[in-house]
Amino acid sequence: MNAYSRVAEPAAPFELPPQGLGVSALAEPPAPAKTQPHRRLGIGAADPLGWLLGPAILLLGWTIGSFTGWLDSRILPAPWATIAAANELIADGRLQANLAVSAWRATQGLALGSSIGLTLAIASGLTLAGGYLIDGAVQMKRAVPILALIPLLIIWFGIGETMKVSVIALAVFTPIYLNTHAALRGIETRYVELAETLGLSRKAFLTEVVLPGALPGFLLGLRFAVASSWLALVVVEQMNATSGIGYMINLARVYAETDVIVVGLLVYAILGLASDTAVRALERRALSWRRTLAR
Amino acid sequence: MSAPSSLPIVRVRDLVRRFTIKGVLDGVDLEIRRGEFVALLGRSGCGKSTLLRAIARLDHEATGSGDIVAPQNLSVVFQDARLLPWKRVLDNVILGLADRDARERGQKALAEVELGGREQSWPAELSGGEQQRVALARSLVREPELLLADEPFGALDALTRIRMHVLLKRLVQAHSPAVLLVTHDVDEAIELADRIVVLEQGKVAADIPVALPAAGTERAEAFAALRRELLARLGVQPTEARPAA
Repeated sequence: MNAYSRVAEPAAPFELPPQGLGVSALAEPPAPAKTQPHRRLGIGAADPLGWLLGPAILLLGWTIGSFTGWLDSRILPAPWATIAAANELIADGRLQANLAVSAWRATQGLALGSSIGLTLAIASGLTLAGGYLIDGAVQMKRAVPILALIPLLIIWFGIGETMKVSVIALAVFTPIYLNTHAALRGIETRYVELAETLGLSRKAFLTEVVLPGALPGFLLGLRFAVASSWLALVVVEQMNATSGIGYMINLARVYAETDVIVVGLLVYAILGLASDTAVRALERRALSWRRTLAR
Repeated sequence: MSAPSSLPIVRVRDLVRRFTIKGVLDGVDLEIRRGEFVALLGRSGCGKSTLLRAIARLDHEATGSGDIVAPQNLSVVFQDARLLPWKRVLDNVILGLADRDARERGQKALAEVELGGREQSWPAELSGGEQQRVALARSLVREPELLLADEPFGALDALTRIRMHVLLKRLVQAHSPAVLLVTHDVDEAIELADRIVVLEQGKVAADIPVALPAAGTERAEAFAALRRELLARLGVQPTEARPAA
């Protein structure tokens, strides 16, 4: 710093404004403008494993809290107790069996809801009559929280699998419909004009221009839909279920098995993360033509 | 250049268009002969794009009157290249072509616009000039009788534009479609066209054949004279005009 000040000193009398400089400003010699890089406004490149930092700190805090006894094991069991509980659940097959049931429900609901959402979005997005018939009705349905529909669905379908899958499908359907519909209606006029001047048939216009153009919207909807499907799953499995991760958690609550509850929650977290990663991978593959900011 | 035959392939009679976004037409008559290169020159909002869109049958919403005869087999090059970003370059070129040899012809057209080897690129990987060349290939592969170009080089930089002029001239010589080029660039119009039609406030204000001597100082002088005349037609004062390139 000293050497630096000496070099800058001779220039100082010329650069200083005639008055009004505070003492601190005098102590810091004005830096030569040439060598100073531009202030960087972007956040720079992220480390691919950087996101692990937050979870790692949480895990560390959890471990320390449990080890020192600051965390009561009735409130939150120690990490090693949770691992032991998970091992036990796997050993007697309960975890696998319940996980399979839950995953199957979510898959059925997702498939059913996506198909309905996609079909209705295409019908309503690509024809005026379809739009008049469908869009208003879907917007109304969207305004009703999915949980409020459960009593009605129980009366219609009972408390069995049909009701559970229907609730998940209804939760999935809305984001798929909304995003696909918006993308279909958002196809740019210039592409429509292009298709007209190229003399494209109606079928070619749909398959070459409209549907690929709306694919980003559909995939975005799918990501929301996957998240919704797990949410709906948790709700239906805590009502009148006799199997599934949610049932396992609920049962553990009755016996105050906090460790089993934590294992169930972790399974939900892993399922959610894994399915979102899968959809994002699908998105990257299907939309490789895009050159976006976040590659 | 192949001599334009006398047979008109475009005939516009008393065309009136009102309340379109870009301009109005107020009784336009225009004929384009087979193989003829016509530049449509005019200031912004004079209706030149409106006329082109009417001939291209893209003005569904417009109201007006008049008759247009134009070939079915026409092709449009827009100011933006208008490539589908989700299709590779070759698939953009042959979009909508069902014939068996479409891929082969598409490859040939790409080679003609000096983009051989870029068939499998995505449009986003190309520069603006390259994208516009793909758009040209997409038009040419259809062997149109009429090529409509709506300020196709307006978004390109000056150097790329000169290269595109040379390329377009060569392609038009090879395929001999009739061309209607909408532009506001006087030099571009003189450089490329057989005939220049000046549009002013929705009417044809001048219809000037371009007959320049082949080369040398005589050509330069004729070029400059025509340029002065056209600029005066467009209402640019001599003191405002920069010297001819």
